[in-house]
Amino acid sequence: MYTQGLDQRGDNAAAPARADDPAALAAFQARIDREEKIEPNDWMPQGYRRTLVRQISQHAHSEIVGMLPEGNWITRAPSLRRKMILLAKVQDEGGHGLYLYSAAETLGVSRAELVGQLLAGKAKYSSIFNYPTLTWADIGAIGWLVDGAAIMNQVPLCRCSYGPYARAMIRICREESFHQRQGYELMLKLARGTPDQKRMAQNALDRWWWPSLMMFGPSDRDSVHSSQNAAWKIKRVSNDELRQKFVDVTVPQGHFLGLTFPDPDLKLDEGTGHWNHGPIDWAEFNRVVAGDGQCNRDRLAARRKAHAEGAWVREAAAAFAAKRAHARAAKAAE
Amino acid sequence: MERRAALFEYLLRLGDSCLVLGHRVSEWCGHAPELEEDIALANVALDLTGQADMLLGYAARIEGKGRDADALAFLRDAWDFRNLLLCERANGDFAHTIVRQFLFDAWQAELYAALARSTDAGLAGIAAKGVKEAQYHLRHSGEWVVRLGDGTDESHARAQAALDEFWPFTGEMFETDAVATELIAAGIAPDMTPVEAAWMRTVDDVLAQATLARPKSGWMQTGGSKGRHGEELGHLLATMQFLPRAYPGAKW
Ligand SMILES: [Fe+2]
Ligand SMILES: [Fe+2]
Repeated sequence: MYTQGLDQRGDNAAAPARADDPAALAAFQARIDREEKIEPNDWMPQGYRRTLVRQISQHAHSEIVGMLPEGNWITRAPSLRRKMILLAKVQDEGGHGLYLYSAAETLGVSRAELVGQLLAGKAKYSSIFNYPTLTWADIGAIGWLVDGAAIMNQVPLCRCSYGPYARAMIRICREESFHQRQGYELMLKLARGTPDQKRMAQNALDRWWWPSLMMFGPSDRDSVHSSQNAAWKIKRVSNDELRQKFVDVTVPQGHFLGLTFPDPDLKLDEGTGHWNHGPIDWAEFNRVVAGDGQCNRDRLAARRKAHAEGAWVREAAAAFAAKRAHARAAKAAE
Repeated sequence: MERRAALFEYLLRLGDSCLVLGHRVSEWCGHAPELEEDIALANVALDLTGQADMLLGYAARIEGKGRDADALAFLRDAWDFRNLLLCERANGDFAHTIVRQFLFDAWQAELYAALARSTDAGLAGIAAKGVKEAQYHLRHSGEWVVRLGDGTDESHARAQAALDEFWPFTGEMFETDAVATELIAAGIAPDMTPVEAAWMRTVDDVLAQATLARPKSGWMQTGGSKGRHGEELGHLLATMQFLPRAYPGAKW
């Protein structure tokens, strides 16, 4: 659990530079086109590996940073049942982080290195977690909307061409849909509750709706990576298609709650059956991604603090493991 | 003392200890030294909260005044809480959290094992389920005590400091007052003498592996079971009870 062995595998991953070999590339693409899963020891283009490491690690970081806004309400959950549900959820998110770091490690980069990038401020994570959880209703809104959007994004990833990532996503998606239902149930309780509770629910929807739509990333017109990732079957459905699917599923759910979406342009297109939404404020999206969201600095500071304050604990565990290994070796040599 | 009242009181002691310690442990979530520990500590907090839910729920039924577990957890003030003082102590560093947990887990595992044979079926059922969790927590906290004690000079010093700080709060775990005496006579609660002896064996065994010194037993702090708590409990409750207090009558 505390071994550092994977750090040395970095050279391995960088090694044989066959990326330029057109025959190998063609054979690789043919495998993808046949829907074969690519496994850790298979040859793969450097770009494919890089893209996956970036995407999987960003996803892992998002799970870990995402524990902070929700963890913010564990000690204040209003009933024992809600406290248990929230604890279990945040624990699940930590587990998702673990599987995803493990999936990234199969590509030859260690968790320590990836976490180092996060702490150095060089890695990205989902910007949604740079918004604060102000009230208890935010816990419902996050489950309903943020986990809901995550599911839309992640279900297609269960068919991603890279085997370890696809398999991790299957398990994660099952748990995310559980979180989504629990979040919605929390919102329903508030929406059917006292006038204050209903106001709290509406206020949370007002704050979380647009950032949730932004979770799908820039519009297809402006997205940089889409076409190569589509060919490699890393990203199988476009940002805008996923976003539309999310809106179509979520709007009726919100109406059932008796809540109003903070979008005057939101309208059902009778012809297509789709809910059309108003323009997304991409300036806000870009600003938060660039680091100027309300909580970017706080989130990173919290991760850094935990890491720094835990250093002596990790050192102790390593020293203890070394002592025990040494003792075992000495005993074996007798 | 009337038996029903004694059982109510006893269940509050067990339940409040789980609730308050679970709260403390949950404060780590997202801030632990390693991702594995974020998950492990959340799991301990979850188990303890679940036990609190069962114990307080049973207490409320025994009381028979229409309260439920949530009413007991969220609508009592500090002086009505019956938890061990050990459980309300602030987290401190990771060594403090682990040592506090170890001292508690070793006690709870023994106590639940004994309570699983209680003549009170309700309590025996809760304890039988809880004993597996307590043993699992004990393995986790015990392994960490050994790692910290026999890790680096720094971790050893931190673990010893935590042990020295918490030791005076361990006497309370084995007190036998009128409530306990009434229940022991009825076979509902166990005699604490063998529980204490077993606890001490576990503690000594782990401390020896950890190269830590068991502190000398001097004055033992007491008062939790009478509602005489330290200053930190009120702040803990202010946080925990905020929503039900701020929105009276709301259902969540
Ligand atoms: Fe997750
Ligand atoms: Fe989730």
